[in-house]
Amino acid sequence: MRELRTEILVVGAGPAGIAAAVSAERAGARALLVDMQAEPGGQIWRGQWNKATDPAARQWLGALRASPVETRYGLRLIDLPAPGLAVFDGDSGPLRVRCERLVIAGGARERLLPFPGWTLPGVFGAGGLQVLAKNGWPVAGQRIVIAGSGPLLLAAAATLRGLGAKIVRIAEQTGWRDLAGFGAGLLRHPRKLAQAAGLARRLAGVRYRGNTWVAHADGDDRVRSVTLASGSHREQIHCDALAVGFGLLPNTDIARALGCELRDGAVWVDGHQHTSVAGVYCAGEGTGIGGVDQALAQGEIAGCAAAGRAELAGAALARRRQSDRFAANLRRHFVLRDELRRLAEPDTVLCRCENVRYGAAATCTGTREARLQLRLGMGHCQGRICGAATEFLFGWNAATPRPPLAPASLACFTATSSSENPPQDPT
Amino acid sequence: MNFDAIVIGGGIVGCAIADRLARERRAVCLLERDVLGGAATAASMGHLVVLDDDPAELALSAYSCARWRELAPQLPAAAEYRATGTLWIARDAAEMAEAAHKQRRLAAAGIASELVDEAQLKLCEPALAPGLAGGLRVPADAVVYPPVAAAFLARRAAAAGADVRAGVNVRTLVDGGVILADGSELRAPRVIVANGCAAPELLCSVPVRKRKGHLLITTRLAPTVNHQLVELGYIQSAHGGDGESVAFNVQPRPSGQLLLGSTRQFDDLSCEVTPRLLARLVERAQAFLPGLGSLTALRAWTGFRPTTPDHRPLIGPWPARPGVWLACGHEGLGVTTALGTADLLAAQLFDQPLPFDAAPYAPARFAAQVSHAA
Repeated sequence: MRELRTEILVVGAGPAGIAAAVSAERAGARALLVDMQAEPGGQIWRGQWNKATDPAARQWLGALRASPVETRYGLRLIDLPAPGLAVFDGDSGPLRVRCERLVIAGGARERLLPFPGWTLPGVFGAGGLQVLAKNGWPVAGQRIVIAGSGPLLLAAAATLRGLGAKIVRIAEQTGWRDLAGFGAGLLRHPRKLAQAAGLARRLAGVRYRGNTWVAHADGDDRVRSVTLASGSHREQIHCDALAVGFGLLPNTDIARALGCELRDGAVWVDGHQHTSVAGVYCAGEGTGIGGVDQALAQGEIAGCAAAGRAELAGAALARRRQSDRFAANLRRHFVLRDELRRLAEPDTVLCRCENVRYGAAATCTGTREARLQLRLGMGHCQGRICGAATEFLFGWNAATPRPPLAPASLACFTATSSSENPPQDPT
Repeated sequence: MNFDAIVIGGGIVGCAIADRLARERRAVCLLERDVLGGAATAASMGHLVVLDDDPAELALSAYSCARWRELAPQLPAAAEYRATGTLWIARDAAEMAEAAHKQRRLAAAGIASELVDEAQLKLCEPALAPGLAGGLRVPADAVVYPPVAAAFLARRAAAAGADVRAGVNVRTLVDGGVILADGSELRAPRVIVANGCAAPELLCSVPVRKRKGHLLITTRLAPTVNHQLVELGYIQSAHGGDGESVAFNVQPRPSGQLLLGSTRQFDDLSCEVTPRLLARLVERAQAFLPGLGSLTALRAWTGFRPTTPDHRPLIGPWPARPGVWLACGHEGLGVTTALGTADLLAAQLFDQPLPFDAAPYAPARFAAQVSHAA
């Protein structure tokens, strides 16, 4: 098996990972940046690698290009079999990396919740449809309803509209009072305010409704209409696609597999972005949802700290404080309402991989019983989707991640990848 | 509360005993500290196999497999009972000779099997590596998904009147009953300890040790395997000494997944996957199924087999404690032998005719070692 050695391994090449790797090199350390996608940028800077239109993306992707950071793309982290050892898998076969310190920059995933009709073709995750559309999925001329919670709905709407879709409604479950509170909080963040103004311009004329959520989607071979609820009011809207997302969730599986402490569903870090496990740092959305500015500031701090030169991160500290306030503002004002716990009907699918229905799951006492008796969360996605849903719906704890952290070629597990069998000398 | 019998442990063995007693109209209480069908039951492969290397094991496993066949039509679909048969694989002429011995021993117990030569092996399992000598096909063996089967037995017991309680921990055994973690007492003249590896937590002198195993499951759409495939060398691995061992043992799941086993080790009590053992498991499987390298692993996990010094289960009264009965120590055969264990124990508990000789499993065989211990 191929093997690389580095001082600092950075997993995830979104803004946090790029900032961490570049900063670590600037601080005099050797860094290796690995990502599962084919090019750097993460979800937020997807497609920016070859033609950056976003100023921050241009700056950081340029810095990455110019830096001696070693990069490997198209590789998924499978296992951390021993301290300082990581096994990845990809189309070009497994790769083993030995490192002294690890920076986790695994980003976030979208929270999807079950409601009648959510598995119909034409129903997408809001961020998911945004990514698909950026990659060329045709949306021009389509009537699209966007529903769920959080600023991502607006960003997705702006992207889709820019690509020719007709956004017939944006339904935000948060009430107007919280939306106003969130907006007032933005006044302290000139950049965010400018972004918001930009979004408002791009979404001029689109109907945005607070206090409104999706009740059910209906259709035959695909979604044809969405019924939105607001209090006791119901409104049916005809559409070609529905994009839903109930906010972002920190990806914590790598950190949990290593035994890092979590708080409120996010990885706990100290002022140097160091987790509770020696030599392991975390930056970006994994420490709590805070957006790209937080990711960049935390990445810089983590990179410098992992290189042993935390004092070089001075300027990033102030930006992190600023973004922490933004994150708190986000958390405070986009709280999911109770009604969303009651959308699913007994026959609504909860776990798509294993086709487990809400009614069956509701009879179980917890994750363990649902896994054993119904195979909930035992399929290809390993509970990444339904685990977040059952946590919100039933208060169940997610299962502890075990290797393989993602489905992986069996070749990753043969002796050449195990820690106790060092690689053969090629002589 | 008063019962005729209290069963401690809601694994496949405890559930089978509770089911058997409840359907005889005994007042029975089943206590499980976690979830029904968890622990070793959940970690196991669910291979229902007749093992013949020891006459006692042959009697118990042959009887039990027959009982599973009777039960099969009543099992829910999710229990995924399939009569896949077992194909014991011989690598060379010496192992083919062993296969022929095995056939004679099985025939003596009334179990049909057929020898398979190299060409027939290729026909019935095209995915196997070339150059294997042949094997022995035991068509009546089967596979089942154990957690669902255990929960089914517990549900059926409850429907017949059993008091089934999950999430209830037993703090200690007392004369004529048990004390639960909340301090309450349940009374019964017969207390059955059927909690596998946890038996020594209640009865410190019960000679049950944990023997760790690893399993790995692939994603769906694995290449076709028709039988549970086991190398003939498996028995040496299963019954060998205290060292580590790895044997080829692969099961086709009805979902289209392949379940890969098996490893055995005594020294490791952590539930973590050991990369070195997993590597040996995968390499062993690849030696028999060369196409495995291109497959995708979905999950790997470990479990602990409750093992006794002579590899036979403990079924019967525990001489050190009047009123306490054991049904534990089944090592890797708990799922296979659960139904036979339940019948044998129930017959002993209530002085009914025994379905087969109980002496080889009598816990009293270890009584000398434990004479005055609890």
